[in-house]
Amino acid sequence: MSTTEITEKEHRQFLQEDTDFEVRSLDTACINESELSHPWWYNIKYCIAGGWFGILLVKSEVISWFRIQEMFRLQSFHMYGVIGSAIVVGIISVWIIKKFKLKTIHGEPIVLLSKQFNKGQVYGGLLFGFGWALTGACPGPLFAQIGTGASVIIITLLSAVLGTWVYGYLRDKLPH
Amino acid sequence: MQKRLPIHCAMYTASVFHHSLIFIFIMHFTDLIKQPWPWYVAGPLIGLTVPLLLILGNKTFGISSSLRHICAACFPAGISFFQYNWKKEVWNLFFAAGIAAGGYIAARFLNNHQPVAINTHLVSILQHYGVHNYSGLVPTELFNWQSLLTVRGFILMIAGGFLVGFGTRYAGGCTSGHAIMGLSNLQWPSLVATCCFMAGGFIMANLILPFIMRL
Repeated sequence: MSTTEITEKEHRQFLQEDTDFEVRSLDTACINESELSHPWWYNIKYCIAGGWFGILLVKSEVISWFRIQEMFRLQSFHMYGVIGSAIVVGIISVWIIKKFKLKTIHGEPIVLLSKQFNKGQVYGGLLFGFGWALTGACPGPLFAQIGTGASVIIITLLSAVLGTWVYGYLRDKLPH
Repeated sequence: MQKRLPIHCAMYTASVFHHSLIFIFIMHFTDLIKQPWPWYVAGPLIGLTVPLLLILGNKTFGISSSLRHICAACFPAGISFFQYNWKKEVWNLFFAAGIAAGGYIAARFLNNHQPVAINTHLVSILQHYGVHNYSGLVPTELFNWQSLLTVRGFILMIAGGFLVGFGTRYAGGCTSGHAIMGLSNLQWPSLVATCCFMAGGFIMANLILPFIMRL
C-alpha cells in the first residue's frame, strides 16, 4: 500500500523499459501502465464507469444514426455541442489534474503520455470517418447500440474486430 | 384546543404540501431524465469520463483499443501487433461491457418511447430512401437481419463496421481516444486525426452515401 512513493519520473522510466508496453502502445492513444497489481474484481469499477458512459451515449442520442447524418450534413448543432462541451470539460479536468498533480484512488501519480504524429492518423482517420457515417457509430456506440437491443449490430462489431485484425496483419506494409 | 387547531391544520397542510412537492419533484425528475438529454447536460458529463477513468486507476479514456485486445486475446495468429499481455488492458473490456449494460439500462428504464426528433429537411431526404421509422436510435429499416446480405445492408453494416475497426486502429484511436481524450490532453496529432474523422464523415455522408442509399 506504500505506492505513493512511486514518482512520475520513475514511472516514465518504468514505461520505457517495459517492452510489452512498447508493443501495446503502438497505434494507441488510450493506453497506460500501472505498476500495481490488483485482483480481477478491481476492474468492476470500470464496468460501472462504462455503464454510466453507456447511459450518457444513449440519452444524448449520439449513438443515433440519424444524429450522425445530421452532424455530417450540418443540419443540427446537437452533436457539435455534445462533443465540443465534452472536450472543454476534458481540457479543464486534465489541466486541474496536472496542475495539482492529482493521484489515483490507489495513490499512483497520474501520467499522461504524449502522442507521436504519423500518417496513419490521416489515412486511418479518413477511413474511420467513412465508417462512422455509414454505421452511425464509433466503437463505443457499437457496444451501446447492442445493449439497446439492436442485435444485428453484433455483426457490425464483429466486422470491426475483423477490420482491426486485418490492420494488424497489414500493418508493416501500410504507410505510417 | 380551539386556538391551536388552526396551527395543527396549517402544519398538516404544510406537511402534505411538502410531501406532494417532493412527489411532484420526483415525478417531474423521472419524466425529465426519460427525455433525450440536451447537449449542454450530456456533453459535460461525457467529458467528466476523462478525469473519472484517470482517477479510478490511471486509465486513458478510449474504446477502440478494446477491439485490438479482443484480437490479441482470441486470434493473435502470430501477428506481432497482437503479441502483448492483453490481460493488462482487461479494464478496457470491462469498460466496453459496461457500455453495453448502460445501453440496456437506458433503453429499458430511461426511455420515453418518443421518436428521435431530427431536422425536418433530413426526414424528407430519408423518406426518398424508404426510411420512415424513427422509433429507435438505429434505423430498423436499414439495419436489420433480413437486409444484412443485400448490397445496401452489406455496405452499411459489414463494410461500415470493417472501416470503423480498420480506420480507428490505423489512426490510433477513435472519437473518444483522439477527439475527447487526445484533445483534452492538447495533443496536436489527435487534432489532425479528429479533423480527418470529420472530413471522412462529410465525404461519405454527402457524396457517397446518397448513392449507397439508392441501392
